[in-house]
Amino acid sequence: MGGQPERRTQTPLAIRVEGCARTFPDGVRALDRVDLDIRAGETLALLGPSGCGKTTLLRLIAGLDHPDPGGRILFDGEDVTALPIERRRVGMVFQSYALFPNMSVAANVAYGLKIQGMAPDMRRARVTEMLEMMRIAPLADRAIDQLSGGQRQRVALARAIAPRPRLLLLDEPLTALDAKLRDALRVEIDQLLRALGTTALYVTHDQAEAMALGDRVVVMTHGRIAQIGTPYEIYHRPAGRFVADFVGLMNRIRGTLSGDGVRCPGGIVPLAAAGPSHRPAGARRPGDGAPVEIQFRPEDAVVAAPGQGHVRGTVTASFFLGDRVRILVEGVGTTPLTVETGGRIDPLTDATLAAGAPIELRIQSAPLAPEGEA
Amino acid sequence: MTRSVFRFWLPLGFTLLVSAFLILPVLLSVLAGVTLNWQRGPAGGLTFRWVAEVWGLYADTVLRTLLLAGATAIADLLLGLPLAYVLARHPSRKARLMEELIMLPVAVPGLATALALIILYGGWQSLRGGSVFILIGHVLFTLPFMVRSVLAVLAALDIRTLEEGAASLGAGPWRRLLTVVLPNARPGILAGALMVVTLSVGEFNMTWMLHTPLTKTLPVGLADAYASMRLEIASAYTVVFLLMIVPLLVLMQKAAAAASGGR
Repeated sequence: MGGQPERRTQTPLAIRVEGCARTFPDGVRALDRVDLDIRAGETLALLGPSGCGKTTLLRLIAGLDHPDPGGRILFDGEDVTALPIERRRVGMVFQSYALFPNMSVAANVAYGLKIQGMAPDMRRARVTEMLEMMRIAPLADRAIDQLSGGQRQRVALARAIAPRPRLLLLDEPLTALDAKLRDALRVEIDQLLRALGTTALYVTHDQAEAMALGDRVVVMTHGRIAQIGTPYEIYHRPAGRFVADFVGLMNRIRGTLSGDGVRCPGGIVPLAAAGPSHRPAGARRPGDGAPVEIQFRPEDAVVAAPGQGHVRGTVTASFFLGDRVRILVEGVGTTPLTVETGGRIDPLTDATLAAGAPIELRIQSAPLAPEGEA
Repeated sequence: MTRSVFRFWLPLGFTLLVSAFLILPVLLSVLAGVTLNWQRGPAGGLTFRWVAEVWGLYADTVLRTLLLAGATAIADLLLGLPLAYVLARHPSRKARLMEELIMLPVAVPGLATALALIILYGGWQSLRGGSVFILIGHVLFTLPFMVRSVLAVLAALDIRTLEEGAASLGAGPWRRLLTVVLPNARPGILAGALMVVTLSVGEFNMTWMLHTPLTKTLPVGLADAYASMRLEIASAYTVVFLLMIVPLLVLMQKAAAAASGGR
């Protein structure tokens, strides 16, 4: 952000969600009983496909909606379940921004300050500070309908943080923007959240956004929490098939355990590849002949020189992505694999990556799971 | 650049023809209202005598009409604003049904609605004989226009999310209403009010059934004048009527443009 906002006196808030479910009047259960702890000062990303309950959970924490009887929301240990949003001292950024069209940019940002009863000169100073921080000071007197999407987003952020909320809630704030602007604003929001040090809850369906912004990520599906963890844990130690597939591409090779490797149609993957840290804690090593599954991310496999690879397959297609080349390989497992290779290779002229060409892969690290699990 | 016959002159001619078709009867009527003697035509001399005479005969009717229109607008605001607000906040199937339901008095012939009102309230003599009875009919007929006009503006704004935004900044229900809902609904309120006043001033069918000789409105008086007085006076009545209704129509156009085109 433009000016360096110094850390504010507002001590960050710890939030506890206890047994909160939400059933809509039409009988749809948007959220199953959820328990969740949000640590003071952390940015927690709620990630999941549309309809997974992430926005419902955010609205419960915000106070825009209330949990089914039995659920409780605690702010620093204080039960706020019955309080409406206007009495929870939170700041919120909406997907549609929800800026007031009857007010100028400055009046929008001043709205919350006026309600707090801040004196006019202090208010003006704070508004100026916020607008400068979001680098929209020249827009202060503009009407909302004269702003671009990215500018509206900045106003919405400035408006939400101006009253120094104890908790900042962001509901898919970047979804309405185009890709390039989204990337730029994502970096800015990240810097802003770190600088403010406020506890923040960030709802998104974009896994890249969640991993970039979240200190921890909560992956949700069908109204439940599928996994809570750091972005690294979510990506490399997914708690299940859903999480593995939702946060990125996951290759799976089915085979049978034989000696020190896993035998599959394309060859034998040595068990050493499945590093010990990737073994589920406490899992017993299954016996020989047991059906197992190897999982690995595209970047965990490298293209090997002939004779050097673990497994052999056939290229079905390859795509030049600019910074890397994505190769689809079949014949190794039951389903096609996706692997990626860096460097300056042009798949259009390089015969080794042409469709039908044989290819050998070395798999560098892959967690092993009994078949059907994970 | 030459203007093509088909792309310019023909459409222009057609437009003028349609306009003439619509406005000629009105113009003739206005002309008749300021002509000394219609048998001899305008050449026989123009006068405002008839207009003055109409004013003398019907001034109280004009006043009553305006008061009724104002009262209708106020009643519609009091009833229609909360209704539109509730419908906008809870966009459900039931809300849609409710919206259709309040449109009924517009679809049903005014005479039928009037008859229903007489059956319901007719026995109540003090009500039956007064202007309030007409007011009830006008509110019934015009309320949906107010509701629709306000509802359209509120729905386009996504008022629910705007209110949530205000609430997140600490605003309670009353403050949200005064600082966010009403200011943003203003174009719809204005357009709705002008529409309602215009409809009330011009309403005939229902009013004709509901009025008494002592509670005539402009359009009823117009029918009265046509039936019982010389053509010139009846036409002068049209002039008076137009003088009242045209400014309203112009304002309505402007308000509607403001409501749809943003500020």
